[in-house]
Amino acid sequence: MHGGEIIPTSTLWLIPALPLAGLLLAIVFGDRKRLVTIVAPGVVGIAFAVALASVVTLLRAPAGARLVDDVYPWIVAGPFRADVAFRVDALAAVMVLIVTGVGFLIHVYSVGYMAHDESLPRFFAYLNLFMFAMLLLVLADNLVVLFVGWEGVGLCSYLLIGFWYEKDENAAAGKKAFVVNRIGDLGFVLGLLLLAWSTAANGAISLDVAHVEEHVHLLAPQTATAVALLLLVGAAGKSAQLPLYVWLPDAMAGPTPVSALIHAATMVTAGIYMIARLHVVFLASPFALEVVAIVGAATALFAATIALVQTDIKKVLAYSTVSQLGFMVLALGVGAFATAIFHVMTHAFFKALLFLGAGSVIHGMSGEQDVSQMGGLREKMPITWWTFLVGTLAIAGAPGFAGFFSKDEILAHTWGTGHYALWAVGAFTAGLTAFYMFRLLFLTFFGELRAAPEIAHHVHESPPVMTVPLVILAALSIVGGWVGLPEGWLWGPAFGRFLAPVTGHSALGEHGAGVETALMLVATLLAAGGATLAYVFYVRMPGLPYLLAWRLKPVYELLVGKYWIDELYDAVVVRPYVALSNLLWRIVDQMMIDGAVNGVATTVLANGQLWRYVQDGNVQHYALVFLGGAIALLSYYLVR
Amino acid sequence: MVPTSWYLALSAVLFAIGAVGVLVRRNIIVVFMAIELMLNAVNLTFVAFARQLGTIDGQVIVFFVMTVAAAEAAVGLAIIIAAFRNRPTVNADELAVLRW
Repeated sequence: MHGGEIIPTSTLWLIPALPLAGLLLAIVFGDRKRLVTIVAPGVVGIAFAVALASVVTLLRAPAGARLVDDVYPWIVAGPFRADVAFRVDALAAVMVLIVTGVGFLIHVYSVGYMAHDESLPRFFAYLNLFMFAMLLLVLADNLVVLFVGWEGVGLCSYLLIGFWYEKDENAAAGKKAFVVNRIGDLGFVLGLLLLAWSTAANGAISLDVAHVEEHVHLLAPQTATAVALLLLVGAAGKSAQLPLYVWLPDAMAGPTPVSALIHAATMVTAGIYMIARLHVVFLASPFALEVVAIVGAATALFAATIALVQTDIKKVLAYSTVSQLGFMVLALGVGAFATAIFHVMTHAFFKALLFLGAGSVIHGMSGEQDVSQMGGLREKMPITWWTFLVGTLAIAGAPGFAGFFSKDEILAHTWGTGHYALWAVGAFTAGLTAFYMFRLLFLTFFGELRAAPEIAHHVHESPPVMTVPLVILAALSIVGGWVGLPEGWLWGPAFGRFLAPVTGHSALGEHGAGVETALMLVATLLAAGGATLAYVFYVRMPGLPYLLAWRLKPVYELLVGKYWIDELYDAVVVRPYVALSNLLWRIVDQMMIDGAVNGVATTVLANGQLWRYVQDGNVQHYALVFLGGAIALLSYYLVR
Repeated sequence: MVPTSWYLALSAVLFAIGAVGVLVRRNIIVVFMAIELMLNAVNLTFVAFARQLGTIDGQVIVFFVMTVAAAEAAVGLAIIIAAFRNRPTVNADELAVLRW
C-alpha cells in the first residue's frame, strides 16, 4: 500500500499553476471578453495535456510508483514540517485526469452558455480559481496542502452559487453552502489535527501522506475511530452526505456549468477522494468503516426518494447527485476504495453530461427549469436529446454503459463483504434511480411542449460550442466503464488493478463470478423495472401519477416537502442559534461589553464636566487662587 | 522715631488694597494702578528694613523696582491705548477676542 518507487519530477506544479495564471489574466484583461473566453478554457486544456503527460510517465513506471514534485518547504516549525509537494500516484492520476478533462469540456461549454452574460470574465475567473484549488486538492502530497485546496474549492463553490447575486435567494443559497461546509470542515480540521498529533514519531510531526501511511499503526483503536469519524464529518459536508447534504440542492442556484463541474463531477467527490486517500486510517477502525457504509446507503436511498417527485430539472439532478455520492460512500464503507473512485469517474462523465444537457435544455427554453413546462423537445433539440438519453441510460445502469459497471461493482462488493441489508438498499435505490431519471427524460423530451407560446417559439438547439462537449461526454459515458469489467470478462477490472497499489485489493471473490452475475442481473432487472414504470406513468398513462399522488397524499407531500429537513434544521438549529446570537448581541455585547467601554468614557466625561468650572478663563479668578495659595504657604511657614 | 513695624503695617495694608484691586476690579486702568500700588508697598518695606539695618542694599533695589515699574507702565499703557483704539472699552471682560 505504501512504499513503491518515487520518481522525482519538477513539472507537476504546472498543473495547478496554469489555471492560476488564467485567473490572473482574467483579472487583468477583464474587459476583453473574447480574450478571456480563449485563455480560460485554454489554460485548462494545457493543464490537461501536462496531466496526461505525467500519467503516461506513471504508466511506464513499474506498478506502485509515484511521481513526486517537492516544490518548497512551506511550514517548518519545531518538529512540524509541511512541504508544498505534489504527487501523482494511481489515485491522483485518475482524479487529475477527471478534473482537467471534464473541467476543460465544461469550460468550453461555458463559452457558449455564458456568452450573453455581462459578468462573463468574472465567471471564468472564478472557474479558473476553482480549477486551481481542485488541482491543489487532488495533487497534494501533504494533507495541509490538500486542506488549502479543500477550502479553496469551498470558497469557489460559494462564489459561483451566488454568481447571480442580484437575486437574494441565490446569495442565500451560496451562504448556506458555505455555512454547512464550515460545519464539515471543522470536523475535517479536528480529524487532521488529531491525526498529526497521534502519528508523531521520531520527533517529527507531519501530515505528509507517506508519513501518515507509514505511522498509522501508532493509532490506538479508539483514536483511529475518532479520527475516521471526524474525517467522515468533513467528507459528509463536502460530498453532501446525511445529515449535511442540505446545501447541494440549493446550490443549483448557480449557473448550470457550475452545477456540472463543481456540484456533480469534481468538488463534491473531494470527500470520497479524501477518504480513499486516507483509507489506511479507516481500515484501522472497522466501526468507522461500518458507519461510513451506513451513511452512504442511507443517503443514496433518502435522496433518491426525494428525486422521485421534484419538478425542477436541476433539482432532480441535484438529488440524484446526492444519491450517487451515497453509492460512492457506500463503496468506501465496504472497503472497496478503488470501486468508489471508479464510480467517481463514471459519475463525472454521465452526471456532467446530464447537467450540461439540462443546461442546453434551459438555454433553449429561455431559462425555464420546470419540467412541467417542457415536453416534446426531441425534434427541436436532437443532439441534446440523444446525449441526454445516453446519460440517462448510463446513470440508470443499462448494460454496457459506464454506470452499469461501476454501480454493479459497488453492489457486488457490498454483497461480497456480507452487507446484505445495505445491498438490498443499494439495489432498490438503483431501481428508483432508473425511475426518476426516465421520468425526467420523458417529461422533458416526450409528449407535447407545455410551455407558453413565446417560449415555445424560441426553442432551439444549442450552438456547437455547447453540443460538442455533450457528444464527447456522451461517448465517455458509454465507454468510460469498460476499463473496469467484472472479473473474468475480457481484460477484467483493469481500473481496480491500476489503483490497487494505492488503495489495496478489496475483499471480493469468495462468492465467485456466478454470484456477481446473479447480483448484476437482479440490479439490472430492478433498473429496467424502474424505467418501464416511468414509461407507463409518464408516456402511456399520464393521468396515473396524479391519481397516485392523490391516493398517497401524505407520502407524496412528505417527498415534495423533502422530508421537511430544511424546516427541521431551521427550527432545531437555525432559529435557536439566531435567538442565542441575538441574546449575546443585545445582552453580552451591547449591554455588558459596550456598557463597560462606554461607562469608562462617560465617567471620564462627567469628571471633566465637573472640573471644567475650575478653568473659566477669567484671569482674575486664577489670580485669586494664586493669592490664596501664596497666603496659605506663607501662613504655614509663619505658624510653624 | 517711628518704629519699623508701623512701616510694615502700612506696607501690608497698601499691598492688600492693591491685591484686592487686581482681583475685583474690571477696569484695566484701575487694575494697572493697583499693581503699581502693590509694587510701591513692597518698595516701602525695602526702604523700612534698609533704614533699620543701616545698609543701603534695600534702597538700591527700590531704584531697580522703580525703573522696571516705569518701563512696565509705559508698555502697559501703550497696550491699553492700542486696545482702546480697536475697541472703545477698558473693561477686561469685554476685551476677550483672543480667548476661545
